[in-house]
Amino acid sequence: MAEKARIRLPKDAKRGEVIQIKTLVAHLMESGQRRDKDGKLIPRMIINKFTCTFNGKPVFSCGLESAIAANPYLQFSAKVEESGTFKFNWIDDDGNTITAEETIAVA
Amino acid sequence: MRSLTRREALALGAMSVAAAPAGVHGSVQAAPADAAAEIAKFIGGKTPETGRVTIELPEIAENGNAVPLSIVVDSPMTPDNHVTDILVVAEGNPSPGVAAFTLTPMSGHSEIATRIRLAGSQNVVVVARTSTGGLLTAQRQVKVTIGGCGG
Repeated sequence: MAEKARIRLPKDAKRGEVIQIKTLVAHLMESGQRRDKDGKLIPRMIINKFTCTFNGKPVFSCGLESAIAANPYLQFSAKVEESGTFKFNWIDDDGNTITAEETIAVA
Repeated sequence: MRSLTRREALALGAMSVAAAPAGVHGSVQAAPADAAAEIAKFIGGKTPETGRVTIELPEIAENGNAVPLSIVVDSPMTPDNHVTDILVVAEGNPSPGVAAFTLTPMSGHSEIATRIRLAGSQNVVVVARTSTGGLLTAQRQVKVTIGGCGG
């Protein structure tokens, strides 16, 4: 499985600024509704949880269902008061995790 | 003659699909009851107020496999008063749950965007819970040309 996460956020920000974070991760998000050519249901295999923390503190998280499109895209915001590191974590039905991190300099 | 028979067969097939209980929301597998149950669990018997949640969805989605959805909840997002949870439900999907977002004061703004699958034309319902115990809701009708489930 391709496990590439793409994240877009500013490299620096002012103290107290609210920044926008865009994430995209490669994943089929097999819904569990589709059938293969023999008519058998293809088992569900989706990313069911995403979390984002900043310097260890929770910023944003979500539980996802099969109604999220393939290669899940998530856009949210974060208020930054200090320089630090955002950590991103995706977990799928098999327990595979995809992680990424990005730093930001706050003046 | 043979091609005519085939055409008839196709016509019959199309008719049986059309005759399936499509209903107002246009989805064969629509389960509004499940959707209602999911929302009821989230709101816990209270009545959410409308007006502070904005849902952006295309009026007509050509491809139900990836419909852009964005949600904005009017909230100061301070430690004392912020949105804590946002539930998204697609009433006409075979499995109505879409996503449950958890926000914190560190989220800064209560604005989220993603891309969702819609099985057919239907209502998308958003309910937000705030740290002060408030419940806010909104819904949008979307027409879907090609459904995004199964296939």
